[in-house]
Amino acid sequence: MTHHPLEVVVIGCSAGGIEALHTLLPALPPDFPLPVVVVIHLSSGAPTLLPQVLQTGCTLPVIEAEERQPLRPGCIHVAAPDYHLLIEPDHTFALSADAKVNNSRPAIDLTFISAAEVWGAGVLAILLTGASADGARGMQAVKARGGICIVQDPATAQAPAMPAAAIATGVADHIAKLDEITGIVVSLCCISDR
Amino acid sequence: MDKSDIETIEIDLFVEAMARRHGYDFRHYAKASLRRRVAGMLDALGCTTVAEMLPLILHQPELLPSILSNLSVPVTEMFRDPPVFKALRTEVIPVLATYPRLNIWQAGCATGEEAYSLAILLAETGLLERSQIYATDINDAALAKAEEGIYPAEIITKYAESHRLAGGSLDLQSYFSMAYGFGKIDPAIRAHVSFAHHNLVADGVFCEVNMIVCRNVMIYFDTLLQNRVLDLFGQSLVRNGFLCLGSRENVAFAAAGRQFATVNKILRIYKKTGGEA
Repeated sequence: MTHHPLEVVVIGCSAGGIEALHTLLPALPPDFPLPVVVVIHLSSGAPTLLPQVLQTGCTLPVIEAEERQPLRPGCIHVAAPDYHLLIEPDHTFALSADAKVNNSRPAIDLTFISAAEVWGAGVLAILLTGASADGARGMQAVKARGGICIVQDPATAQAPAMPAAAIATGVADHIAKLDEITGIVVSLCCISDR
Repeated sequence: MDKSDIETIEIDLFVEAMARRHGYDFRHYAKASLRRRVAGMLDALGCTTVAEMLPLILHQPELLPSILSNLSVPVTEMFRDPPVFKALRTEVIPVLATYPRLNIWQAGCATGEEAYSLAILLAETGLLERSQIYATDINDAALAKAEEGIYPAEIITKYAESHRLAGGSLDLQSYFSMAYGFGKIDPAIRAHVSFAHHNLVADGVFCEVNMIVCRNVMIYFDTLLQNRVLDLFGQSLVRNGFLCLGSRENVAFAAAGRQFATVNKILRIYKKTGGEA
């Protein structure tokens, strides 16, 4: 079986997500070869210092994903609050102010679906703690095009509903604790296929 | 080739059909959002694939308005991003107050909420009597709603908080006549707003304006089209005229952006300088 090389890592989370990301993102090595895209639900009106908050402890740069900006290898791009984050066929970001999806903007589903459309089997999608069902449809889209889906073990998630909803669709390639997830990501992205 | 690859082809065919059959050119729209919106209207048209929409586009012109209204999904609210309206009040209105007559263009007005927000801001700062707001969109169904100026009471209640945060002096409800769970915009506000069909992709300058408000419209365009629109805005604005964009938009990616100087970087308020594009 041939393995499609991975080209992007997309991460979705909601309630409890900042803590989970504080575990996951600093574990990525400084030579991490892929762009990373993070979508997290925030209550609207929250301060937009998210990249600075997530930068703590990370060796990789954390920046807000701006429209028209190309995705950069080894860079963690964080979705701006109150906009959906999409990816254009030329691998640049596009923002959308369309209606909320799953009562969320940004919606994890839309970013994951968009990544699957652009990169097909080159997508590694990770869904973490959260209290809604956002992300499940996106994981299905990633899986349908041959990408890899990793879901946080709901038993270890601060809010289990979101990972549980994704697992219920049957698309998870791995169900794991946070520290195990980082191991899987590093081995998939930094060693095997590259 | 999987379903997603095929849909990519179908979207191209859709764009071709809209341009050649109806003269609406979506070639320079950002692809990801366009695809989402086209795929999103399948159910409404009773289609399972985008290809099934093509005969409807080609042979049932009466469906055009509903297709257009699905393509430019109107998402708007009153006093969205209150800090922007507060900055307009404190940083922009004092300059606008020096003009004896004011023309304001709100491009991409959808169902009118933002145009009426601007009119209310002008009323509260004493400028409405000398002002005319031209609010434009390509979506005729949305324009018809905007013309009516009728919104559900519970939404107006929600907007009232934004209005207050934006520095509004009166209760927002006082600008509406409330009945049967709806509010209709005050005729004194309504009289200063003109709604019209205008397509930023194809149409030109229609008057000289002192301020343009165009928020979260250009994010749906590619760089080439953004450049065209910024040029159009530059030609429409008086020297030192203001341009107000959405909170994550900027003029840096397009060459035509060079004719604008930053007034408020965080809130994306710019002004036209004397220089050429």
